[in-house]
Amino acid sequence: MCGIVGLFLKDKSLEPKLGAMLSEMLITMTDRGPDSAGIAIYGSGETKKSKITIQSADPETDFAGLGKALAEKIGGKPEVVLKSTHAVIEVPTDKVTEAREAILELRPAVRIMGVGEVIEIFKEVGLPADVVKRFDLTKMSGTHGIGHTRMATESAVTTMGAHPFSTGPDECLVHNGSLSNHNNMRRELKHDGMSFETENDTEVAAAFISNTMAHGANLGEALEKTLTDLDGFFTFVVGTKNGFGVVRDPIACKPAVMAETDQYVAFGSEYRALANLPGIENAKVWEPEPAKVYFWEH
Amino acid sequence: MPTVDLSKSSLRELNQALHDIPPGSNETSWEVVNPKGSHAVAVGVDKPVAVDVRGSVGYYCGGMNDGGAITVHGSAGPGVGENMMSGSIVVKGDASQYAGATARGGLLVIEGNASSRCGISMKGVDIVVHGSIGHMSAFMAQSGNLVVLGDAGDALGDSIYEAKLYVRGKVKSLGADCVKKKMHPKHIERLQKLLDAAGVKGVKPEEFTRYGSARTLYNFNIDNADAY
Repeated sequence: MCGIVGLFLKDKSLEPKLGAMLSEMLITMTDRGPDSAGIAIYGSGETKKSKITIQSADPETDFAGLGKALAEKIGGKPEVVLKSTHAVIEVPTDKVTEAREAILELRPAVRIMGVGEVIEIFKEVGLPADVVKRFDLTKMSGTHGIGHTRMATESAVTTMGAHPFSTGPDECLVHNGSLSNHNNMRRELKHDGMSFETENDTEVAAAFISNTMAHGANLGEALEKTLTDLDGFFTFVVGTKNGFGVVRDPIACKPAVMAETDQYVAFGSEYRALANLPGIENAKVWEPEPAKVYFWEH
Repeated sequence: MPTVDLSKSSLRELNQALHDIPPGSNETSWEVVNPKGSHAVAVGVDKPVAVDVRGSVGYYCGGMNDGGAITVHGSAGPGVGENMMSGSIVVKGDASQYAGATARGGLLVIEGNASSRCGISMKGVDIVVHGSIGHMSAFMAQSGNLVVLGDAGDALGDSIYEAKLYVRGKVKSLGADCVKKKMHPKHIERLQKLLDAAGVKGVKPEEFTRYGSARTLYNFNIDNADAY
């Protein structure tokens, strides 16, 4: 069991409240996943600048003087914002690859959570309410976001095993279910140049979608392909820089409810997660069909 | 009329209060407000009381109901009316997966659509769905009636026993050993009673097609011995 929440805003006036709304939805899903929690927020970003979200088990040591050390390596003035065990580093987009390598060289124990012009990812072990508090998620603004509460089945309860998984710029995925062909698929994706941080099945799904999109597919086409190429139980919710998608496997055991109004599209593993959204009484509420791809783009 | 506000009372308080109603009590009409998708609302009711739930509920609403008349003025999550024994449950909106699973008696009415596995392993309940139902519905259904005014998804009635299925719309596909059957006068009569009980108007029993078991899976076929 796991819990998924997602919110894609259509009404700009709600953007300052995205973090607060998504955090409340996430905490409602604590029963479904008390092991760990994570959230990906698509915020505002300056053009030609990218954010690298990193995590450390020893933030005091790893993050001390990192901005300065990084500036010496790649030049410019990389901005480092600290949030508990995570730090968000802003660098020019054309220096992302260089910065990524430099960070791992300077601080080998640091893990990269996600990279993109607008995405920021925060995830940790612990109760969703504690994770929300630790990263001050309620204050975040943005256009869309995805959250996950985890009850682990396929791999260990660790920060890196928490969702969302990000395997491409501004891309992320959360998953409720378990995949049975992830080892084979991981090997195939490695042959195609993808790299992996964990032995987790969900990371394979994320990489599969990133890889399919890197070969020219749009989000909808990439989600369509998960239905033929991935084996197992899944409800996936996926975010891209300007998009938000949902797909369930043909058996559709894993629960899902969606709601749409003029202001937003929302996803929850259960209706409880949606019950306090504005205007939910008059929203279109439905259960996404098995093996049907849903996606929205700004 | 007792009203229980689930934003103030716990679910346990509600269900305990419903269980504690003494025989012959005049408090036969209850209202539940602010359910907000709560699980297990009005589970195990065993008195002939009416419970009106104002809003949508989560998993297993009205499970094991034995004599209560539960109305959900909203939609229901997975397993509504699971293992109902008697009484009735009416869902004004939609129902999620496995509505009426394993239920032994009573009447379950879904006024919207029901999702996958509706009536799975049903054992005597009558289910009437005003809309459509999802895939694998009536899987291994043993007895009772499933009436669907709309369409049915894939693999309807897979490995069915003696439950009777009536579908007015299209059936995407039939499951193993489920076949179309002839409507006899006794079926028309029974179906009319079910439609009346479920408050369906302007729909005739003759518009439905009956499905049931071909009974070819009932006994082991010796020609299949090599497969094991």
